[in-house]
Amino acid sequence: MATLPEPIEALLDVALVGELSVVDPTGRPVTYPLIPLYDGERIYLTSSTLFSRKLEHIKANPKVSLSLTDPIALGGRTDRATIQGDARVIEEDPHGGWERLLPIWEKKEPSIVYFLKERVALPLFFERSLIEITPRRALYWADGDPARPPVATDVPRKEAA
Amino acid sequence: MAALDLGRRTPALDAGQGLEKLATYPFCVLTWVDEDGYPVSVAVTATIDPATRTARFEAPAGPPLPGDAELSLTGSHIRPQPGYGYDERRHVTVWGRPTAAAGGRIVLTATRAWGWDEAEVPFFEYSERSSGQSRRYFDALSAERGTPVKPRLAFGSLVLRSTRLPFLSATIVPVLLGIAIAASDGFFDWPTALLTVLGAAFVHLGLNVSNDVFDTAQGADDANVTPTKFSGGSRVIQYGLVSFRQMATLATVFYLVAGVIGLVLLAVRGSTELLVIGAVGFVVSLGYTAPPLKFVYRGLGEIAVAIGFGPLMLLGAYVVQTRGALSWEPFVASLPIALLVALILYVNEIPDRRGDARAGKRTLPVRWSKSAVIAGYRLAAVAAYAIVAGGVVVGLLPWPALFALLTVPLALQVSRGLEPYYDNPYGLMAIMAVNIKVHLYVGLVLLAAYAAVLVAGAAAPSVDLFLG
Repeated sequence: MATLPEPIEALLDVALVGELSVVDPTGRPVTYPLIPLYDGERIYLTSSTLFSRKLEHIKANPKVSLSLTDPIALGGRTDRATIQGDARVIEEDPHGGWERLLPIWEKKEPSIVYFLKERVALPLFFERSLIEITPRRALYWADGDPARPPVATDVPRKEAA
Repeated sequence: MAALDLGRRTPALDAGQGLEKLATYPFCVLTWVDEDGYPVSVAVTATIDPATRTARFEAPAGPPLPGDAELSLTGSHIRPQPGYGYDERRHVTVWGRPTAAAGGRIVLTATRAWGWDEAEVPFFEYSERSSGQSRRYFDALSAERGTPVKPRLAFGSLVLRSTRLPFLSATIVPVLLGIAIAASDGFFDWPTALLTVLGAAFVHLGLNVSNDVFDTAQGADDANVTPTKFSGGSRVIQYGLVSFRQMATLATVFYLVAGVIGLVLLAVRGSTELLVIGAVGFVVSLGYTAPPLKFVYRGLGEIAVAIGFGPLMLLGAYVVQTRGALSWEPFVASLPIALLVALILYVNEIPDRRGDARAGKRTLPVRWSKSAVIAGYRLAAVAAYAIVAGGVVVGLLPWPALFALLTVPLALQVSRGLEPYYDNPYGLMAIMAVNIKVHLYVGLVLLAAYAAVLVAGAAAPSVDLFLG
């Protein structure tokens, strides 16, 4: 079930890289470029345990945002968006749990499948946790111009079934 | 770029340097934490002045900027590669506090910066330098769950990686050659030939695993941040895939199995020569990295490997078959193998040299200049081929061994590749792979030459494949 406005979903679908921002213990934002993976309801990002400081920050403060800003990483699109949401680190199985997102990942980065076959060469890179973002609010700049106010959309919270 | 300190993952950036980098991006992502506690990001175009450590930009419309909280400006770059993914990854973030300026502009005075550029720190090195973060992650997860959580590899992959199994070719080739030469001299016994291959393989596996144990104990593997597929050890201890104790146990088991096989061979094909070769082989193998000998730490690693994987392996296999009889032929055949196997180690030590130097490992590439190392490679390779040719000319090696000279172009490829890739561990990987082939192919040609001697001896005894 879609939870975000269509143009933002379209951006998520094409984005090779977005900027995940988290809040560190001092209250300062820290931004990490990552591949966003969208399943139509939630946004996922994966983080190797090698680069897992962001996971520590999210566990301490789950409020995050993901911005999609770079036309080069967005297949030439010039519209932009920032999605604020609550993040959850899924780390029950860092070895293989993230592989359920491989089909979406492969569409954006086909080489990942080749590298995964060479897992023996890069074992820690493929020990990964998932970051699951439940969107709360989305800001959308149709022309990508920050001088114009974005269209803000609050994403309704759904009760757990 | 100067080499990074061991403890750093990325080069230290002060605010000015961060702004200099940020100025190379076409736009920045301005990020702050809003009144609800969520980060919010907006793309802005900034005018950057590293000298005054400031970035100026129009206040974006929409969500209000905080009055005095820290903001960040991030630049991020990739180059899409359709059908592959992307490359040329780099990003930089500077933090600072904003002040309002005339005309609705904001001035951010930068105080801190951080970033990564794979052109400066290649991805594999960045990953290696981050393995401590992975260890901390798993330690924290283990503490959280109250049970150990470790990174994993499939069993087969773990065995392959822990034992560095593919390098067994360095043992199989000389042992089979020793057996083949003995067979051409009229000595051959299947069961002991098989046991010799197995025993030698276990010694080699013991060496590989004990090398990781002692290099870890002495800090050499931890000091190496540019390991490659062919160098820098298996890293299984550093990655938390296998514990130090497990690796020490594995090395002991390998040596024990090798020892038992050696005793069986002594019992059934015993000779003083075999006893001496076996004892020296054990000392060279274990002493390669183990205290107190630590040959590789004393600049004797290349010689130890040459002796161990050349004359000792080849003559050991030979005397098992001949029950102790020695001759010049297997010794001469062992010399090119010895030189070429030492050259595998020698080239593989090039990317390790900074870490080795930090750990006090005095390998030849640590001690010698780049030009001396390259000259050393050429000299040793020429000597290996000259010995093959000379051995044929004086009638000690069969003339088909001359086909080994067909591998000269590969050796030339290595020789020429050392210069441009000397300081590029990951670029050097392809050269290291070719260098391993040089040893393997020369060994296989020599083996084939003796197979030809055996076939000729059986099918056409009048045909002599030795000159003179």
